[in-house]
Amino acid sequence: MRIPPKITQALAVLILGTATLVTVVVLVLIIAFVLKRGVPEISWEFLSTKPQEMGKAGGILPTIVGTVLLPLIAIVIALPMGVGTAVYLSEYTRENRVTKIIRFGTDCLAGIPSIIFGLFGYIFFVTILGMGWSMLSGGLTLAIMILPTIIRTSEEAIRAVPQAYREVSCSLAATSWETVHKVVLPNALPGIMTGVMLGIGRSIGETAAVIFTAGSSLMMPTSLNDSVRTMSVHFYLLAREGISNEKAYATAAVLVFAVLFVNLTAYWMMNRFIAKRSS
Amino acid sequence: MQDTPNTPAQPKRPVRRVTGGVATWCRDQLARYVFLAVAFSATVSLLLIALFILKEGVPFIIKIGLKDFLFASEWDPSVGKFGIYPMIIASLWVTLGAMLIGAPLGVAGAIFLTQFVPRSVMRIIKPMIELLAGIPSVLYGFMGVMVLAPFIRNHFGGPGLSLLAGAIILGIMVLPTVISISVDAINAVPRTYLEGALALGATRWQSVHMVILKAARSGIIASVILAMGRAVGETMAVIMVVGNAVKIPHSALDSVRTLTANIALEMGYATGLHRQALFATGVVLFVVVMILNSLAMAAMKRKAGS
Amino acid sequence: MERKVKISVQNLSVFFGRHQALRGLSLDIAANRILGIIGPASSGKTSFLRALNRMNDLDPESRAEGRVLLDGADIYHPSQSAVQLRKRVGMVFALPMPLPMSIYDNVVYGPRLSGVRDRATLDEIVERTLTSAFLWDEVKDRLNLLALRLSGGQQQRLCLARTLAMDPEVVLLDEPCSGLDPISTARIEDALSVLKARYTIILVTNNTKQASRVADETAFFLMGDLVEMGETSQIFTVPKDQRTSDYVTGRFG
Repeated sequence: MRIPPKITQALAVLILGTATLVTVVVLVLIIAFVLKRGVPEISWEFLSTKPQEMGKAGGILPTIVGTVLLPLIAIVIALPMGVGTAVYLSEYTRENRVTKIIRFGTDCLAGIPSIIFGLFGYIFFVTILGMGWSMLSGGLTLAIMILPTIIRTSEEAIRAVPQAYREVSCSLAATSWETVHKVVLPNALPGIMTGVMLGIGRSIGETAAVIFTAGSSLMMPTSLNDSVRTMSVHFYLLAREGISNEKAYATAAVLVFAVLFVNLTAYWMMNRFIAKRSS
Repeated sequence: MQDTPNTPAQPKRPVRRVTGGVATWCRDQLARYVFLAVAFSATVSLLLIALFILKEGVPFIIKIGLKDFLFASEWDPSVGKFGIYPMIIASLWVTLGAMLIGAPLGVAGAIFLTQFVPRSVMRIIKPMIELLAGIPSVLYGFMGVMVLAPFIRNHFGGPGLSLLAGAIILGIMVLPTVISISVDAINAVPRTYLEGALALGATRWQSVHMVILKAARSGIIASVILAMGRAVGETMAVIMVVGNAVKIPHSALDSVRTLTANIALEMGYATGLHRQALFATGVVLFVVVMILNSLAMAAMKRKAGS
Repeated sequence: MERKVKISVQNLSVFFGRHQALRGLSLDIAANRILGIIGPASSGKTSFLRALNRMNDLDPESRAEGRVLLDGADIYHPSQSAVQLRKRVGMVFALPMPLPMSIYDNVVYGPRLSGVRDRATLDEIVERTLTSAFLWDEVKDRLNLLALRLSGGQQQRLCLARTLAMDPEVVLLDEPCSGLDPISTARIEDALSVLKARYTIILVTNNTKQASRVADETAFFLMGDLVEMGETSQIFTVPKDQRTSDYVTGRFG
């Protein structure tokens, strides 16, 4: 028997729609659940004091500091490298064997699991280079991890700068470098910033690569050589070792707010960038 | 208005400095080489990672023998037993399970969002889903512990923290990846294909599964393979929900330990041969992920080529 | 008046990959005059213009053969810097292309690159060049306005002023009025007739009327060849070649 097309159509819409609904609902529920349990536990004291008894009591101030500093270090290192790569790929060369190698390397790096970054950071930065568990080791490891994101978004942003601007700049006797830093980069900046925010977002949420490189000290960091604990790591240890579910939920809620804030900022920037482009 | 040109007196044209360009030229050349050098940062990082993981792990594999490492089923570092077979099986099943959940849901979501939903709605939902991709993986793991594991324990039996829980959590985690890349692949199919099919009297669904899915196939496959790479490599969320017992699972409700969990759990205190064994586990993981990524890249390339 | 040669083009061919855009043409361009270049689409006019300031170099597929002598020195000689050349040979593009910055910053873009930092000097350049481009009175009160906010005609005059700000010796114009209304076109044409006292001007146009109005000499290009070149009055009244005659009387093109 042949089912009439109208009915298969209705069936398909039903099944696909249900699947979509399930997806969206599950994802939203996870966030809602964390916020519902966590938000009541958040207080000013929780945000502004040091943890006590390994986090069973007290606040999470040092982990907030760690969560701010570590991604910042990563960005400071990854941004020039990422933007530089993007500039080279889009401004200084055509597609050839060298760019193929660079692109292949970037794509591969993007696919490497964070635990491998953790292993590498541990053996290379922490052990061989003797940096120990420190913000520097963690920042360098995260920098490598977010490099592909920065490269991709920067390249997209740079390629979106109209070719005409480059021609004009060149006709006004600008060298390639002058064109890049006076015309191309200023116009690609919003797009590049989107990549920066996405990179920060990923760094904030990262656990495996951080715990083996930045360590998990609960002390307030005073130098780049100090070990820090980020909120993600703190949350992981609270939850995994069953130290305190209340504190875990509260930390998770703060974490969700941080990640949402960073990612929403990235989207806002991207949309403004697109709007500006099309006007 | 100003039709009479009142051009001010022209200054005398300066003598051009023929050598004035040298500094500019040098700066330009310097910039070019700096950019070229910087452009290799990602590639060099990749090589460094490969080098150091291999350097720590491969001697161990050679010493113990690849076959004994991969296919021996006893892992007890304190007595020098380093077989990761149970972990390989566990990683395999958890990943396959995750794909069984994540791939159909994700692809279905992508089709629905691109074909059966107004563009305005999709403009809201797609960023929302991508936003969820940024939620830290430990949170998913925690949800697994607090909600999913008790549910499984109460309704299906077993310890709750199990292969099944891991597969479900990972399946949910890879959804944003699958949806986002599949949506892009479907959107890249020229609209004329769809319009052509509709003009021939096909229903929307017929056009979708006969025309669009065929054209976007490579992109969708790539999204699933990339998601697989993510699932194999996920660590912290998995540790929290799979129970971490080193044994070959006999049912989905058994507690298992994946390759990634094995590394993360023991890295904190491992020394000597034991630590090398963990790096060797990393080597296996690295190779698997690189193979998956290469497959995904090949699929993407075919899309670009056709 | 003695006809002093500013640019001497000798057997110039330009290729883009396998495609040959110019087929070994030779001509002398006189200083302080306006040379109009006319011809149908894809006859090599723009490629010729862009060969004169080496903008063709931007396309890695492109290649030039023959010699282009600017004041007697070959601009394609390996010792010549394209960047330095473009300071002497400025260009205005077909479509108005202000950079996404203020009117002021657009004009001083070139001078700043050449190292002019002094605010008073820059102010003076802005006023002088905008006046020369017949734009000063319209924008003098809003120099910090984003240049993209100007009308198309104003934008194109801004682009002319921006080119003049580098104080080039030669100004290349690539169909500068193609997108403009008649009034804006008239403004630019007026500006050009004044500017030729100081600059050598080469004007590519697909509007033969414009060439007859503005140009002192006219060259007719067809399929990458130079068909004929001479005083404008001669080209438009007694052309030597039948094809020129057909084109200027509007029988094709």
